[in-house]
Amino acid sequence: MRDGRLSRRSVLAGASAAALYGGRAAALTLDPALPAGTRAEAILEALPGKRELIKLSWRPPNYESPLAAFVEPITRNELFFVRYHLAVTPTVLELANWSLRIGGDAAASAKTLSLDDLKELEDTEITAVCQCSGNRRGLFNPHVPGVQWGVGAMGNAIWRGVRLRDVLALAGVRPGAVEVAFAGADSPVLDATPAFRKSIPIDRAMDETVLLAWEMNGEKLPIWNGYPVRLIVPGWTGTYWLKHVTEIDIRSKPFDGFWMQKAYRVPRGLFPVARPFATQETDKTSPITEIVVNSLITAPLDGATVRAGGFEVRGLAWDGGSGIARVEISLDAGATWAEAELGDYFGRFAFQPWSFRVSQAQAGARTVLARATNAAGATQPARLVQNPAGYQHNVIASVGVTVA
Amino acid sequence: MTVRHVHRSIVMVALVLAAPAWAAEQPVDLAPAPGVEAVEANCGGCHSLDYVRMNAPFLGAEAWKAEVTKMRNAYGAPVTDSDAATIVAYLASNYGPAK
Repeated sequence: MRDGRLSRRSVLAGASAAALYGGRAAALTLDPALPAGTRAEAILEALPGKRELIKLSWRPPNYESPLAAFVEPITRNELFFVRYHLAVTPTVLELANWSLRIGGDAAASAKTLSLDDLKELEDTEITAVCQCSGNRRGLFNPHVPGVQWGVGAMGNAIWRGVRLRDVLALAGVRPGAVEVAFAGADSPVLDATPAFRKSIPIDRAMDETVLLAWEMNGEKLPIWNGYPVRLIVPGWTGTYWLKHVTEIDIRSKPFDGFWMQKAYRVPRGLFPVARPFATQETDKTSPITEIVVNSLITAPLDGATVRAGGFEVRGLAWDGGSGIARVEISLDAGATWAEAELGDYFGRFAFQPWSFRVSQAQAGARTVLARATNAAGATQPARLVQNPAGYQHNVIASVGVTVA
Repeated sequence: MTVRHVHRSIVMVALVLAAPAWAAEQPVDLAPAPGVEAVEANCGGCHSLDYVRMNAPFLGAEAWKAEVTKMRNAYGAPVTDSDAATIVAYLASNYGPAK
């Protein structure tokens, strides 16, 4: 962190995306703003079926994508980040007889569905960013406890599956349903530990963008990303995107589990949202929901030397579904801003690639800033919005370069 | 068998059950100092001990105590008062801010 802005150095030193895809072990340079212990602990490590990701914890597995993964606007499955709360994670073999149970006190009937049953419904796809609520927690200053993520606890994929509302309709949603809760096949080590369960409000559950997906970028979901079926909640942070979904509970009362009532909460009003999760609000806190507007610079790399005669700045921008209106670049510490060109459009929930050509720059040390603004008018802040659990880090993106 | 021993065996059984399906997990060696056994026995069953090093050295004694309390109260870790005090002292002196 410099001047409260995001300084991003968690890059593969000297390695291009091509080198990474070539499978060559690359040196890992981590952001000096991360805790010293994190920088000592983080290593490049490949889980089965994945390429090398940045390992933060072995068990439960928490691995973030290296910066090179974001050179492409669609994040490859084998580079997609992995995040679990609890250590008993299922294997493909254990999920061979997977089924999905739907019920609850606001369901007209209870149903059990196989994957084939699901696939009989009309399928659809959506491109959407799955971003951990705590992405960039490790860059908070002062630091807050938790998994010390750098910039890579996120990814953008094309998710294919069925609309949740079509699945709910098979059981029947009674009037008076307020929330739909989900359980997955991953579980805690101790019975005393609350299983990872989450709920979403009924209006969100009935939204046509919310899916139960079995496919990611044209392939079966990787086991580490929720095989065989995960919940897709475009625009909301990853905590709601339950993996290995096994149970759906249509509820007439708010779900009062630990992971809703105690975890994933932010001070009330700190992050204004378009559609509050009213049944989970308290006087003091709100559940974290919508992804805040954000951006990432993927080129040049922090610490790079660039040409005074001109260089290209590239990156991604995203938000909670308003869509990105513009991305601006500054080379003078934010005194003046110039608009970047927006690249291919993958939908309002997706990464929006952008680029900016610097035609000439004065020699010396320079800081390149990138600031995204969404269609609702929200823009990235110059200073970090502090909160106890280290969520929603969306400070203006920044890289330091030497112009020569 | 004391309550403490019962708890220890639960944790050890849990440790075996929690053995990951992939072989990649590498041992995390914490600083050899008084109390390290209590950390390994009480904490290592539910999560790898890189969580300790990852969250260093910015948590002081009160913050480490809050983490241990959260593990006991919110996550149901069967840690005795005596072990909890040992763990907090170990974490604060080995993985806290330099004094």
